[in-house]
Amino acid sequence: MSQLSMRKMMPALLLLCQPAWAEGEFWTFQPPATHIAQQIEGLHSYLMVVILAIFVLVFGVMFYAILRHRKSLGHDAKPFHENTTVEILWTLIPALILLGMAWPAASVVLAQKDTRGATMTIKATGFQWFWAYEYLDFGFGFKSKLATPQAQIDNHHNGGEAKGEHYLLEVDQELVVPVGQKIRILTTANDVIHSWGVPALGVKQDAIPGFIRDTWFKAEKIGTYRGQCVELCGKGHAFMPIVVKVVSDADFKTWIASQQARAKAMQDDPNKAWSDNDLLARGRQVYEANCATCHQADGKGSGPFPALAGSKIANGSKADHLHIVLNGKNAMPNWGSLSDVEIAAVLSYERNSWGNKAEMVHPSDVKTARGAK
Amino acid sequence: MHQAAHTHGGHEAAYESGWARWLYATNHKDIGTLYLWFAFAMFLTGGVMALCIRAELFQPGLQFWQPEFFNQLTTLHGIIMVFGAIMPAFTGLANWMLPLMLGAPDMAFARMNNWSFWLLPPAAALLLISLFVPGGAPAGGWTLYPPLSAQAGMGMDLAIFSIHLLGLSSIMGSINIITTILNMRAPGMTMLKMPLFAWTSLVTAYLLIAVAPVLAGAVTMLLTDRHFGTHFFSAAGGGDPVLFQHIFWFFGHPEVYIMALPAFGIVSQIIPTFARKPLFGYVSMVYATCSIAILSFMVWGHHMFAVGMPATAQLFFMFLTMLIAVPTGVKVFNWIATMWQGSMTFETPMLFAIGFVCLFTVGGFSGLVLSIAPVDTQMQDTYYVVAHFHYVLVAGALFSLFAAVYYWLPKWTGYMYHEGRGKFHFWWSMVWFNVTFFPMHFLGLAGMPRRIPDYALQFTSFNSIASVGAFCFGLGQLLFLYNVIHTIRGGVGPAPARPWEGGNTLEWEVPSPAPHHTWESPPDLTTVRRGLIAQAVEHEGESDEPKSENRA
Repeated sequence: MSQLSMRKMMPALLLLCQPAWAEGEFWTFQPPATHIAQQIEGLHSYLMVVILAIFVLVFGVMFYAILRHRKSLGHDAKPFHENTTVEILWTLIPALILLGMAWPAASVVLAQKDTRGATMTIKATGFQWFWAYEYLDFGFGFKSKLATPQAQIDNHHNGGEAKGEHYLLEVDQELVVPVGQKIRILTTANDVIHSWGVPALGVKQDAIPGFIRDTWFKAEKIGTYRGQCVELCGKGHAFMPIVVKVVSDADFKTWIASQQARAKAMQDDPNKAWSDNDLLARGRQVYEANCATCHQADGKGSGPFPALAGSKIANGSKADHLHIVLNGKNAMPNWGSLSDVEIAAVLSYERNSWGNKAEMVHPSDVKTARGAK
Repeated sequence: MHQAAHTHGGHEAAYESGWARWLYATNHKDIGTLYLWFAFAMFLTGGVMALCIRAELFQPGLQFWQPEFFNQLTTLHGIIMVFGAIMPAFTGLANWMLPLMLGAPDMAFARMNNWSFWLLPPAAALLLISLFVPGGAPAGGWTLYPPLSAQAGMGMDLAIFSIHLLGLSSIMGSINIITTILNMRAPGMTMLKMPLFAWTSLVTAYLLIAVAPVLAGAVTMLLTDRHFGTHFFSAAGGGDPVLFQHIFWFFGHPEVYIMALPAFGIVSQIIPTFARKPLFGYVSMVYATCSIAILSFMVWGHHMFAVGMPATAQLFFMFLTMLIAVPTGVKVFNWIATMWQGSMTFETPMLFAIGFVCLFTVGGFSGLVLSIAPVDTQMQDTYYVVAHFHYVLVAGALFSLFAAVYYWLPKWTGYMYHEGRGKFHFWWSMVWFNVTFFPMHFLGLAGMPRRIPDYALQFTSFNSIASVGAFCFGLGQLLFLYNVIHTIRGGVGPAPARPWEGGNTLEWEVPSPAPHHTWESPPDLTTVRRGLIAQAVEHEGESDEPKSENRA
């Protein structure tokens, strides 16, 4: 089935899909941007040639028999039923063909697994449902979340908004790496298993909570490469894309400097005295960045994730509330990695929103709670 | 004719009537029938779920289901099709046909047989009830990977108990099959004279006994992690989430062959019958079956290439996985050699069997592509894998089951099915199956992840095509139901004892429909020998004959 005939068959569908890639790149590998991805594509092409040859040969014989050796043509059955030579041959020959496939594949496996000699290491942490990146050599990090608006995703209402070019494959902040350098990616996860994969770069590595795995890539071309989480991780599995922006060395240096400055500016001043209003405003930011995916922006929860509006914990004692946030429970991860200010702010926000009315939590409370743990 | 000596008309009234006949069933034919209808009901249930999935994926964006429910659909679809439809269907066939083919009066353990069937409906009920409990059905995929499955609501517990019941049922069914095959063959029916379907059922039963407890162990550990404070799979408590995957796939890969080997057996009965030739390479078929079974225990790691393992382990699993292509290739070559120089006709069972050979081979090829670890890193968890295992399980297991039903329906019901409608069912299924699943290879190559309710725009055309194909394929299965019911009600007329000119195994020696009790006294040796023409043993040379008759 060629792409062309497919298009003739379904002109109406074409209107729906504005292929983001050029014609022909639509039904096979995305154009490889690393040497490994190129080798993978090469291996696949080689396999396809061998397979097609076997297919034509074997099925040629079968269809010849089907066409000629039929009763309706008066063909009589010849009741032979074994031939040791033939049987040994068709055991050995496939084994040799396999050997011819295994050899080149093995060298790619070894190259893929060799993460030594990387110029920088970036840690990718899977969360339900976004990725967070830490540039370990530069001391900063950020979260990278789906940028496609919900209105484009929901078709329930008026068929949904028109979908953008990079629908579901766009993020608010891309992973930026320099071209031509070996980048080592450490993967881990905060809650469940995710998987970090970018087809054009030829990488895919599961991110496992509590464990660190590594992989690497060396992009040969400047450009933007898009992938998705590829391990089922719950309801937001389809909505945590990975976007890698490969830039020149100079652009990368500029970008790093701006990120480091921004990270510094973002930090809460530890000596600041927080007024209730400041704390609640900060809490809202923290809530929307971390909690709203599960408990929803309106605090009503969804599915197995409980509502916070009217909840016993959010209206109960500070200690219980702190305990669950610092230690987690079932699906609720522990949020100990947030700063004292962030935790105090978000708890205060939860205790004083959506009709909840409970006392404020201050950074000092968090510090005490951590100490008690 | 021989069957004259085995007419048991006098016993026909011996069984209960009405519901009691089925609830208290100990007759292998009744239990086989129960299994087959149960499997078909599950096939329709899982099929409706598949159509719900395809409806959502017809176009990008969310239209029918929320992601949470979509994940429940994909999870239940997988569990129901594997454990509810395909496996019971093969057990049903084994129940119905093994005693007939081996010259045994019934299965070895008639009451356990009843018990192993009647565990299935409650297991299915648990799975379906899980849709209506708080938190909904399990939504972590049929592989139930923790920690995701540890997060789920009580639907997961119901699924775990359901899997326990299904496992118990499978183990008892397997013990029954093994004992029947080893102990109850008619005199003169040596192991290497058994029909190949008996061989594949035997090996499958051993596989099940080996791995069903492994799965039961894995889900039990999950259960205690969820409720009793253990941390087998939780890193926070010193456990390892990947441990579950190792245990699961140690079960899961043999499971693949549990669903494929009986299919090989069925096809190895049908192709010789309609080629009017003995099966080529009977002994090598037996060896191939056994070596596939043994290899299946050593390749589980290929499901985990993206999990991260040392390069040496990756190479080990890659090489062993590739090796499976050798015995599988031997089987395909043997089937083709059986057709070669035959005198073929193409009734519906033969069409499905040939369809099986073609499409299973395509699934085998994509399996070979996936076995190459570096290529697998691109394909892992994409639609390429979905395409691959549907070629093996739908065009493989399911098509072989259709072939088996059309092949043995005259024996079961005593009537012939409508050939034209049977052929239409085949061609309809063949075309729409490929329209549904072939484009998924392209989606996978282009990088579309599996198990997502919504996708990027460049995947739209192929998804739409697949959805159209799925609905047409699904609709066609109603025709299958119609064909079966029509046959039960008289079909196109009574079937002779041997409706297929080339049918040589023992089941064709008893009248159609097969009487309630058959082979109460074992078939005599000449009948056994007559029944073995298809197994080639007869052609070893006539000199063999007096010798074995003397022994008897």
